[in-house]
Amino acid sequence: MKGPLAKTAILLVGMYVFLKFVLPLVTAPLPASLIFLYLALTLASAMIFYTMSGGSLDEFMGPVGRFLTGSGQAGVAGTARILVFVVFPLLVGWQTYTRLAPSDMPPAENRTIHPAPPGEFVGLANPYPTTPENVMMGKGLYAAFCSPCHGANFDGKGPAAVGFNPPPANFSDPGTIAQLQESYLFWRIKKGGVGLPVEAMPWKSAMPRWEVELPDEWIWKIIMGEYDGAGQSPRTWEEEE
Amino acid sequence: MKRFNEGSHMKSHGIIDNLKSLVPTVKPSSLFGWSVFWALVLLPALVWAQDAATQAMSVEYRDIPGLGSRNVVWVVAQQHLLLAGFVLGVPIFAWVCEIVGWKTKEARYDKLAKEFTKLLTSAYATTALFGGILLFLLIGLYPKLMAYLSDIFFPSFIVYCLLFLLETVTLYLYWYGWDAMQGNKKTFHLFLGFLLNVFALGIMIVPNAWATFQASPVVVAEGTAIERAWAATWNPTWWPVNIHRLIANVVLGGFICGAYAGIRYLLAASQEEREHYDWMGYVGNFIGVFGMLPLPFAGYWLMREIYQYNQQMGITLMGGFLAWLFILQAMLIGVLFLGANYYFWMGITYRIPGSERSYRRPILAMLVVLMVCLGVWMTPHSLVASLEEARKMGGTHHPLLGVFGVMSAKMTVANLMILVTFMSFIMYWRAGKQETAGWAKIAKSVMGALLVIAGIAVIVLGVWGYFVPAIIRINYFSVAQVLIVLFVMVTFTPLTAILMKSAKTTTEMVWGQMPIRAGYSLVSNAVMVILLMSLMGYARSSSRVHWHIYGVMRDTSDYAYSPALGYAAAFMSLNTFVFCLLVAFIFWVATMGDKGKKTPDQEQPEPAKIPAGVTPAMAGGAPREQD
Repeated sequence: MKGPLAKTAILLVGMYVFLKFVLPLVTAPLPASLIFLYLALTLASAMIFYTMSGGSLDEFMGPVGRFLTGSGQAGVAGTARILVFVVFPLLVGWQTYTRLAPSDMPPAENRTIHPAPPGEFVGLANPYPTTPENVMMGKGLYAAFCSPCHGANFDGKGPAAVGFNPPPANFSDPGTIAQLQESYLFWRIKKGGVGLPVEAMPWKSAMPRWEVELPDEWIWKIIMGEYDGAGQSPRTWEEEE
Repeated sequence: MKRFNEGSHMKSHGIIDNLKSLVPTVKPSSLFGWSVFWALVLLPALVWAQDAATQAMSVEYRDIPGLGSRNVVWVVAQQHLLLAGFVLGVPIFAWVCEIVGWKTKEARYDKLAKEFTKLLTSAYATTALFGGILLFLLIGLYPKLMAYLSDIFFPSFIVYCLLFLLETVTLYLYWYGWDAMQGNKKTFHLFLGFLLNVFALGIMIVPNAWATFQASPVVVAEGTAIERAWAATWNPTWWPVNIHRLIANVVLGGFICGAYAGIRYLLAASQEEREHYDWMGYVGNFIGVFGMLPLPFAGYWLMREIYQYNQQMGITLMGGFLAWLFILQAMLIGVLFLGANYYFWMGITYRIPGSERSYRRPILAMLVVLMVCLGVWMTPHSLVASLEEARKMGGTHHPLLGVFGVMSAKMTVANLMILVTFMSFIMYWRAGKQETAGWAKIAKSVMGALLVIAGIAVIVLGVWGYFVPAIIRINYFSVAQVLIVLFVMVTFTPLTAILMKSAKTTTEMVWGQMPIRAGYSLVSNAVMVILLMSLMGYARSSSRVHWHIYGVMRDTSDYAYSPALGYAAAFMSLNTFVFCLLVAFIFWVATMGDKGKKTPDQEQPEPAKIPAGVTPAMAGGAPREQD
């Protein structure tokens, strides 16, 4: 197999195999949307590279043109050409059918994980100083109320976590509480899943509305304990002294 | 007591006489009585008028049935903004081109600057026209909001009008005086160009104050009208938006001029035209890229200010329901970077014969880096996944690739893409030349080492950014990344310029040989930047959600909701399409004059001048290399 077109085909197949089968050996499988994105970028790279000069363009597009026009496609090649012309529309039809056919699977979702907080929570600051006592108390409260789901290691892997979808947040991930201000966490803990706006699909979160059980002071101290335990810092506009 | 003239008389008199006939004959002695009479007669009318005025004053919104007031304002405002961006961006580089022509005494630069200005004059009136339409629509459809803004900003309305007058006069002098102000009057013409840009800057920043006040209002203290307007003008996002728009206007102007050149190149009938428009396309692309390099930094600063001004607005944009727009933004910027680089690389391949083989490997390396960076940039934090896929991933955040979804990764790859694009330009600059300076080898080694160190430093800072508090990353790491890239640019540019000064040309650059896809890539770049501006214009405006003036004046109209992203995307496409049509029309009008000026013997194209082996671009065949 030689020539730009064959190389591109090999590259695409190799990339697909890597993303679909090799990568899941070391981590979680990738969703189809991401695989499609990376394959599209790979194809775009090949097209850019091989259309840079007249020579490589001819090498890249020549076989495609010959295949479509049928010039010089006799014997096995000619039969293969006809086969492709028959099979390709069938594949497209099959793909369309599988996309549109009724299914018991829920559709792909683009749930907003970190929606904007309501105005009354914006700009709130933790009224309690970050003292060892307060942090310790916050961790104790966390252990009592939060760790069953969010885990004793703040990694979202509490004993009850497996029962939830979406799973409880992993606070040790730098993409979660480290990106947020304390006031945001205060809102989320106080109002829970039902307090989420529509774009965040409140019906999908099992987070309790803790305002009915915990006083504000406890919530603020839990936040302190969470950050400390997860080894993260809240997003602020002032640097710590 | 009163006596009207008889109705029969009215028939025989004209209108004036008829009106006169309505006036009663007044005796001075009964003046008081008449006054009382008229007062009684007109009193209800006065009350009705007052009622009507009160009713008019109390109208908060008007609608356009079928279309919707918001949709109409959306389209008109976007068209005005895009046209204004072009009109304010072009004078900057037209003036720079003119200076280059004046300093180097190369007439082609002066001709190019004049051609840029020609496009500007044609677009100027259309911009003003859309500005006027927008103003009438806003006054008519949003009277309450406009009354509020007028109350605060009226002094700046006057300043804006004055600036507009000055800009118009200067533009007329600059354009119509071009040929008359050559020779020893050239410096005065350049001064006019300078003034044109100063007034253009003013015209941009004054309305920016109105728009940014809507997004980030400040407490307007008591004081004189000027003091209140001044206080409202200095709102937190005013200067970030000013800088961001100033740079974006240059990018827009550059790429649109590039697209103009691309289309003219595709339509060129003679080799001379092909050479000219090939070169103009190169300059347009260069200007667009030149502006694009610092643009992400300005955008980052703007977002930082928005976040700092209001956490809610920042999260709405970057983490909330508008966050998906930033994935689209990544895609559009990525395509723009790729398109610009593709054009540079094709330039090396086609304009410098024989260079294809020697530059193939570095081009491939740069392409791979760009694509990997784009892959990271486009990876969302929360992935689109089916329930089954989400279960396997343990949520919508992928445990490994989820790290690509946060700002630390995005900033890193954006900086690397800028670095690669800059190196692409440097490579193009050096192509076909051989350095002769004795220290050239050392200089190139130093530059190579610096480039590697800079790349590694950007990546290290990006990775480290995950392990430090957000404020440290924002205030120090991200700034350091930007400074590293800027350092590379400001070091390499003069160093390369000095090296190239004494370099000998090994292969002469050949203009007019680019294939048709080069012209299309120039057009594609322009479309991408227009789409990008439409997208981010919507994002900036939508971040106010249901507020006309954030936190101050609530939107109580029927349209006080954010449209679905698909609906918004359709409008962005519509805006892009309409703007492209407008620009095409403006350019068509602008070039009609050229055709008219041609003498009869010039009317026929000169196909004989096209070199052998090169087919006309629009005939469908790509010009092939001359080997």
